Amino acid sequence: MSNTPILDELEKGPWPSLVKEIKRTGYEGLLNIYELNYKDKVTHWDHGGMVGVPGYDAGVIGRVTNRKDILADAHTIRFIQPAGWFYNTDKLRKLCDLWDEHASGLMNFHGATGDLQLVGIPTANIEPFFDEAAKEHWDIGGSSGDFRTASNCIGPARCENAMVDTNDIFHTFMSDDEVLNDMHRPRYPYKFKFKISGCPTDCVAGVARADLTVIGTWKDDMKVDSAEVRKYADAGVDVDLIASNCPGNAMDWDGKKLKIDNDNCIRCMYCIQKMSKALRVGDDRGATLMMGGRARGRYGAFLGWTLAPFMKLEPPYTNLKDLIFNMIEWWDEHGRSKERIGETIYRIGAGKFLKETGIKPLPTMVKAPRNNPFWFYWPGEVQ
Amino acid sequence: MALAFEDMDFGPPDYKDMLPATLKDNYGKWKYHEHIKPGVFKHVSESGKEVYTVRTGGPKFISSATIREMCDVADKYCESTLRFTSKHSIEWIIPKKEDVDKLIKEVKKMGLPVGGTGNAMHSIVQCTGWVHCHTAATDGPGIAKAVSDELIDYFQRDDLPARLNIAASGCLNMCGAVHCSDIALLGMHRVAPPVDDSIVSTQCEVPSLIAACPTYAIKPKIIKEDDGTTRKSIAIDADKCMYCGICYGLCPGVPLANAENDGVSIWVGGKVSGARGGAAFSRLAIPFIKNNPPRWPEVIDAVKKIVKEWAKDARQDERMGEWIDRIGWTAFFERTGIEFTEKHIDDYIFSVRDMNVGSRMKGSVLKKY
Repeated sequence: MSNTPILDELEKGPWPSLVKEIKRTGYEGLLNIYELNYKDKVTHWDHGGMVGVPGYDAGVIGRVTNRKDILADAHTIRFIQPAGWFYNTDKLRKLCDLWDEHASGLMNFHGATGDLQLVGIPTANIEPFFDEAAKEHWDIGGSSGDFRTASNCIGPARCENAMVDTNDIFHTFMSDDEVLNDMHRPRYPYKFKFKISGCPTDCVAGVARADLTVIGTWKDDMKVDSAEVRKYADAGVDVDLIASNCPGNAMDWDGKKLKIDNDNCIRCMYCIQKMSKALRVGDDRGATLMMGGRARGRYGAFLGWTLAPFMKLEPPYTNLKDLIFNMIEWWDEHGRSKERIGETIYRIGAGKFLKETGIKPLPTMVKAPRNNPFWFYWPGEVQ
Repeated sequence: MALAFEDMDFGPPDYKDMLPATLKDNYGKWKYHEHIKPGVFKHVSESGKEVYTVRTGGPKFISSATIREMCDVADKYCESTLRFTSKHSIEWIIPKKEDVDKLIKEVKKMGLPVGGTGNAMHSIVQCTGWVHCHTAATDGPGIAKAVSDELIDYFQRDDLPARLNIAASGCLNMCGAVHCSDIALLGMHRVAPPVDDSIVSTQCEVPSLIAACPTYAIKPKIIKEDDGTTRKSIAIDADKCMYCGICYGLCPGVPLANAENDGVSIWVGGKVSGARGGAAFSRLAIPFIKNNPPRWPEVIDAVKKIVKEWAKDARQDERMGEWIDRIGWTAFFERTGIEFTEKHIDDYIFSVRDMNVGSRMKGSVLKKY
């Protein structure tokens, strides 16, 4: 008779089973707590308090249970993932060996923010484990009010539409002393999330949940190969439908030649995704920067809004770093506890944010100008 | 032994050491890609070099033993590289065309389904849930597994009207990024937390708790002991509490979990991609379904019903939200048989923000009244 009759139901079925994986680690404490959560229909995990390694104040998530008789402490360690979530097998095997030796052998590929999460280590083993892992160049990620671990799409490594080097931007920022200091020693009102997508398809969902998102885009004309468009049409692709779905109403297809009205194209990527061989992004590439996205929150969820319509992004990305820290300094000054930067701006006003950071107001920031006559004047603006 | 200060903060391993040779050689030189069959892409470089990618679903929580087996397969076919996606999928990147089917055979033997590309159901984004989280009102990973089992056919095919992104989060922290998904499954608490004064007064910071509450439901409370000393705690106004759990994130003295009252809500029509209409929020479809582990059959029925109606009626390339925009919410609720209630109308902050402004109404809707 199994000790976990309820969870055993989740071993069944064609989708890969996390219960099988937990069982495979032989990590009975966690398995039994998980079973108990199912039996009681509530979680028995509890706040874990402060745990970590000396010198780092974030990135280790304390987790204990309220059933110490089954499992006492089983913390999570967040590691900054390699850019683009690429893993060399040797590197991964060595990490598995270390995790087996010091902890549970259970790993989470990946946490919502992007980190590689290692699940289930007792307090006493955290430091010896990290000593070894650091030799393998695995550094701890973010948690609480800090610069969180970033994430990025696959970018130029395997995507023809990547308009900025997402992997390099990720790696540059995640290896930056100031960023790492702010990641490992939390000082912000709340989390600051940074995500990098190479095009507006936004494969890392930055616009939905990042405080600052890089979205690759281009300025010049899209490249059109009408012969290839015809081949797509001959192969059954409904080019008329794609043209009629164009949100900028910028496509004209007469059955032979595809014309793009580049001034009205809004760079949404739809037609390019549909006809990758025929349509390509232009050569004058950079990024649109979006800010303030987040899930739920005091005022409901926010989607990221346009901070800068176009910015050239080239190493060492000083322009981007200056902008990010300019935003953060303002937020650090005005933000309340548990308030993301978008919420601080919502509370205090976008006008004040722009004025105090010196960021120039642009019509690209709004859907439309205000429809009410109530605003303040700055000192000195009136006699 | 702690690290010396100057040895800290070294950042992640260099991705250049992690990239497979073919991707490194063709970095930034990719020309186009083709979706060859469900779960398989071909990318072609300016140099003419081709690389194949097989995408498989994964369990998200993976044992070191399974990772080692995956590494063995990657050593054989994938230039010793494993790649993961933002949706917990595993990508097997293969430089030799003849290895594609061999790899598919091996990964299928390991129990990994091939698919989740193009107009398919993509892997379900999920939080840690009851596996390892103290705030979860439901088990994100368990629901994701149960729904994936039932909808796996849609994962392995690619003939849906558009892609279908599903996300599962155990609570309002929304670690599964549920607020911009075609279908979102979100764990819900429904009652204000009881206050454990002994914990609040000894482990928690009362002013931060009061400031953090979005609905101003938390007030300070002074407890007078028999010996004349006082302790500081809080009182929660149950009429104002929205069960969001922000206070519990700060303080273990206000536990929200409640076996009788916790469950799942279902949201529809969100997306992230900029394509066509751009990013959009998911909107409420079903306010509450009671937790029914381990398989959540009522949640599965609801998801199936929504997917079925969308798949039947949506036009080519029409995501869930775009389909609903076209047919209207009246038709959505009618066709899915989901009841529209007062809970569907936003009265949280912007009580009239979502109201239908003006009188423009579809003829098909007017005929119903």
